[in-house]
Amino acid sequence: MKYLPNILFFILLSAGIGFFTFQIKKIIRYVRMGRPTDRSDRPAERWKTMALVALGQGKMVRRPLAGIMHILIYAGFFIINLEILEIILDGLLGTHRLFAPLLGEVYDFLIGSFEFLALGVLVACGVFLVRRYGGRVPRLVRSGDLKGWPSLDATIILFTEIVLMTLFLTMNAADSLLQERGAEHYVRAGAFPVSSFLHSFLQGFGENTLIFLERFCWWAHIIGVLAFLNYLPYSKHFHIILAFPNTYFSNLEPKGKLRTDENVLKEVKLMLDPSAQPEPVESGSLPSFGAKDVTDLTWKQLLDAYSCTECGRCTSECPAHLTGKLLSPRKIIMSVRDRLEELGRLRDKHGPDYKDDKTLLGHYITPEELWACTTCNACVEACPVNIDPLSVIIDLRRSLVMESSAAPAALNMMFTNIENNGAPWQFSPADRALWTTES
Amino acid sequence: MTIKTVAELAAEGKSPEFLFWVGCAGSFDDKAKKVSRALARLLTEAGIEFAILGTEETCTGDPARRAGNEFLFQMMALQNIQVLNQYGIKKIVTACPHCFNTLRNEYPTLGGHYEVYHHSQLLNELLKQGRIRVKPDAFKGKKVTYHDPCYLGRANGEYEAPRSLIRQVFKEIEEMERHGRQALCCGAGGAQMFKESEKGRKEVNVERTEDVLRVAPDIVAVGCPFCKIMIGDGVKHFEKEDKIRVADLAEILQEALDSPSAV
Ligand code: SF4
Ligand code: SF4
Repeated sequence: MKYLPNILFFILLSAGIGFFTFQIKKIIRYVRMGRPTDRSDRPAERWKTMALVALGQGKMVRRPLAGIMHILIYAGFFIINLEILEIILDGLLGTHRLFAPLLGEVYDFLIGSFEFLALGVLVACGVFLVRRYGGRVPRLVRSGDLKGWPSLDATIILFTEIVLMTLFLTMNAADSLLQERGAEHYVRAGAFPVSSFLHSFLQGFGENTLIFLERFCWWAHIIGVLAFLNYLPYSKHFHIILAFPNTYFSNLEPKGKLRTDENVLKEVKLMLDPSAQPEPVESGSLPSFGAKDVTDLTWKQLLDAYSCTECGRCTSECPAHLTGKLLSPRKIIMSVRDRLEELGRLRDKHGPDYKDDKTLLGHYITPEELWACTTCNACVEACPVNIDPLSVIIDLRRSLVMESSAAPAALNMMFTNIENNGAPWQFSPADRALWTTES
Repeated sequence: MTIKTVAELAAEGKSPEFLFWVGCAGSFDDKAKKVSRALARLLTEAGIEFAILGTEETCTGDPARRAGNEFLFQMMALQNIQVLNQYGIKKIVTACPHCFNTLRNEYPTLGGHYEVYHHSQLLNELLKQGRIRVKPDAFKGKKVTYHDPCYLGRANGEYEAPRSLIRQVFKEIEEMERHGRQALCCGAGGAQMFKESEKGRKEVNVERTEDVLRVAPDIVAVGCPFCKIMIGDGVKHFEKEDKIRVADLAEILQEALDSPSAV
């Protein structure tokens, strides 16, 4: 029975990590449903982008308050994870503060810093809750894009972080008090600059109660961490992992350059060069133009969808949204994720070629949203994890125009003008140089 | 003024150093035509050998592409590339950021490789080389702000050349709150110019003109024919056209020319 806690811990840990791996595999499978695109060039530039944007939070600090608070949580999250390593080893080996004798004073310094970071996380989460519930930050209000699950998700994340940090600090407080009282097993280790303020609340408790409290917090904390890990793939919080690959695979071309639709190019070349031979069409599948569903998007666009933090920075700078149009680039990205999850689950159940009667275009995103975009790139510029909502909008427009001939009448007129007069307006091409002789 | 076409030069066995790509707005829109003339004067003043395609120029295909008509875009692009390559064009200057973006970024994939300049970049270079000289007090006492075109700024990362050009004739630029990377669109891009906007609270150009009004400048400098039209309309919407002038960088520079030939 002596090893019961160790065994229990081992089972918990394996289940937590095992299920997480299972979920990651599922998401990789879904992302691979997208079309190919090559993002393997210029590795040095890619690492640099990742270092600046994801690791360095380069785009977050453009909004100073949110940026700095975010860095507090982010640093807390990452650095406190060093402590998780010790917790895991303690759990498996049945030791207590395994690293303390190995690291000596460094250990005190580390634990002390973790405590400050935990405090920082608590403060930042508090500020974020006020921002979310205060109704003063339009992009965070709990209506519109964030109605329902997305705003509940945001609340769950903040509360979980608050609970985890509180458990961590309470555990430390009970531990250090036990150390002071010279309880068995609780050797003096660590410095507790923050949690020692909690001592006054705990002084009245006896040794057994304190041990119970310390153990309870220890277990609750690590169980909470494992549960949170497995919550990530369902949540916008998944960005803490995907921000890294997503920025690595960023578009490195100028933002104004649109992707050439290769299927269209093949057709156009055939039209211009009658001697060219059409490629044999693959069994039963005619080439499609643009994107009608998530499977017509590239894997990078699908990865974008899973990386979205739902922060709304894109939408808050979108000229269409700012002037009351239906378009919200955040919602475009969220729709891609929702549809991908839906289709992915269906394909898991019915096989990889399964098609339902829904599509991204039409059932999730309407033409009215798409036609409001000015292709200004404000959303792309604003996104802290280098997501490209504009590329999705353009691909869907392509499908509307080239597959369904569903452009607004005025745009069809513009197309006709370009075809006939070489200009989007109805002017005679013969008058093109008149400007030189007018005054 | 007479400007040679590339075809005329070719007949003389010559080819220009620069092709001036005028663009559809620069060829047909009254406000933009003035910009084309101003730029042509400046290039002449600097002694640049340039020519236009004249009737051989057609739309780059930008509005078609942004509107989702990739077919039409590619057709236009391939035709234009054929003309450009046949004349052996190497360097292009244009006053339209949309043409600039398409020629510079999107034609290479289809076989058109050129050195492409937005006019603000070339003019800035010519100022630095002293090939264009301006009277620094031409706009004395006037307040100027600058509106970044999306296709020059965010799309191509060029924020500095236009500003450096403006600083040659104005002491300082009074920036709008949203400028540079965060500049608000004028509302014309993505083929919006050619259709009614979707329903909403207001027009994008009105929202942008409100930014302008907060600065209350005498002149709004623009670097794009579509921005010129959109913000011009916005200023008219607020009935401020006798207080605020919307002028392209080329027009500003031309008016400040320090040269006997400048009228
Ligand atoms: S590119 Fe389109 S979606 Fe993105 S900010 Fe501009 S108008 Fe909005
Ligand atoms: S796309 Fe980017 S900016 Fe927009 S909500 Fe998602 S993470 Fe935020």
